[in-house]
Amino acid sequence: MKGFLLSFRSEFYKTRKTMGFWSAVLLPLFICTLLFIGFFNKSDHLANMPGFMAWLQFAGAILAVMGSLLLPMLIVFIAYSVNNIEHKSETWKSLFSLPIAKWSIYSAKYFYALFLVFLCLSLFVLLTIGFGNFLSVLKPQLKFNEYHIEKLLVQIYFKLFLASLGILSIQFLLSLLFRDFLKPMGIGFVATIAGVIFANVNWQYAYLYPYSHPMLTIKGLVNSKMNNSPTMPEITVDIFTKDIFVSLAVAVGVFILGYFIVLKKSVK
Amino acid sequence: MVISTEGLSFNFGNQQVVRSLSLQVPEGSIYGFLGPNGAGKTTTIKLLLNLLKTDQGSIRVFDQELQSNRISILSQIGSLIEQPAIYLHLSGRENLVNRALLLQVPEKRVDEMLDLVHLKDAANKKAGKYSLGMKQRLGIALALLSDPKLLILDEPTNGLDPNGIIEVRELLIRLVTQHKKTVFVSSHLLAEVERMATHVGIIHKGEMLFQGSIKDLEAISQPQIQVEVNDTVEAANFLKKQGLTVTGVNDEHVSVPFTSKTQMGEINTLLNRNGYTVYSIRKVNKDLEKLFLDITQNA
Repeated sequence: MKGFLLSFRSEFYKTRKTMGFWSAVLLPLFICTLLFIGFFNKSDHLANMPGFMAWLQFAGAILAVMGSLLLPMLIVFIAYSVNNIEHKSETWKSLFSLPIAKWSIYSAKYFYALFLVFLCLSLFVLLTIGFGNFLSVLKPQLKFNEYHIEKLLVQIYFKLFLASLGILSIQFLLSLLFRDFLKPMGIGFVATIAGVIFANVNWQYAYLYPYSHPMLTIKGLVNSKMNNSPTMPEITVDIFTKDIFVSLAVAVGVFILGYFIVLKKSVK
Repeated sequence: MVISTEGLSFNFGNQQVVRSLSLQVPEGSIYGFLGPNGAGKTTTIKLLLNLLKTDQGSIRVFDQELQSNRISILSQIGSLIEQPAIYLHLSGRENLVNRALLLQVPEKRVDEMLDLVHLKDAANKKAGKYSLGMKQRLGIALALLSDPKLLILDEPTNGLDPNGIIEVRELLIRLVTQHKKTVFVSSHLLAEVERMATHVGIIHKGEMLFQGSIKDLEAISQPQIQVEVNDTVEAANFLKKQGLTVTGVNDEHVSVPFTSKTQMGEINTLLNRNGYTVYSIRKVNKDLEKLFLDITQNA
């Protein structure tokens, strides 16, 4: 456990000045700021919209791209960057000749990637809520203050986080095995496009395919929105659906498989 | 023995890179692990550090089996393999701080190491901007950070200028004589190893060709008589006719194996009496460089 904590701290120390770390912070900041500016300038046609609808418009703008492209691509990038730092500097050999169990080093790296995804999604939640409330202060005609979306938003993002774990494990392993960016990136990109298509055509087995999970999560929200009456829509997020269980199973399975591959692999 | 291997073998696919290697590295030695490029030196070092899984044979370090005592053994080893493994986006100091964090070494030690390898002034510069020599020195500092009992260095003077080479050499000698460390250092340059090693192992195509103290190595190098004479080719033919073995002829010298001083005088007399002008005649020890080439080429 000590080896794990030391390695985890070292991961942070190594990446704290790299884009790998900062992308997890800057991406939500950038997107939420853009959205804030957009809503600030276009406040007229959103005025007099009930608070709940305003929030849906605001948070939904991000969530729409989150499931289809943003989240999978962010994971591809994070998984790549935590491994690339060792590929680029040829430091795998020195990492694995330290008096620390290989399991600790491997799992600390994985959990650091997981932490970055979590950090990024948490910031999306915080910034969405923060900017939304800030808007209603600046433009009182926007009725963000009339509805509290916090709980719902946390649930949605938490489900997205769980839905992303399968992809994370796969991408982490790919980035560990291939030192160049194109292979994990290319595979991740094609797999994501396929995932979005599977989810959109309602393929019955899409829930088995990890790259479809974020999209399925978002689609699940839209469906529940439509099922309710338009005047008083009510969204409930069912977190533990079968696609989430598949995502978790893939995440754990590939994570363990990855460790055995690391053990077998010759360290270059 | 600090390192002792038995029948160590390793294959990359069908190619056998290390063949039945038996290393014996005594405590307190500077063991020069010599071999041409591609002889299997780096592979052997990776086996010693458990970076590669041993196919056959056993490795014992500090009298412990490597496989089952990996962490306790590695905690007493500092290593530098091929190019130093350095995070190029971090400064030299940050590289050391990161390693100190992993090894739980006090940060004070980082400054000591920077001082030792003369990188204090460049400590806050990005390691990516370092020259090859500076990177190599930082690599050595990283290897020494935990004050290990055994240092395993793969071509540590690669890319260093003459001053740097001398510095590293003196540092290693100091570590062994004053701080009771053991150093295992690989190189493809015999001259470099000759100047610091107490023990030598020569590896070629994965096989150990020679292993012993540097004295043993010198002993097997046969001394020669070098005769500087006016017409070397004629003189060589003449000496052959007299039943002597000629080991080398060039424009300036004829070489004959040395057996005794008396024989040296006889050769001188013989040549003078038969009309050759001998400018000089002397006994030379066959240099180790040549011996090294002979050993590796005849294998």
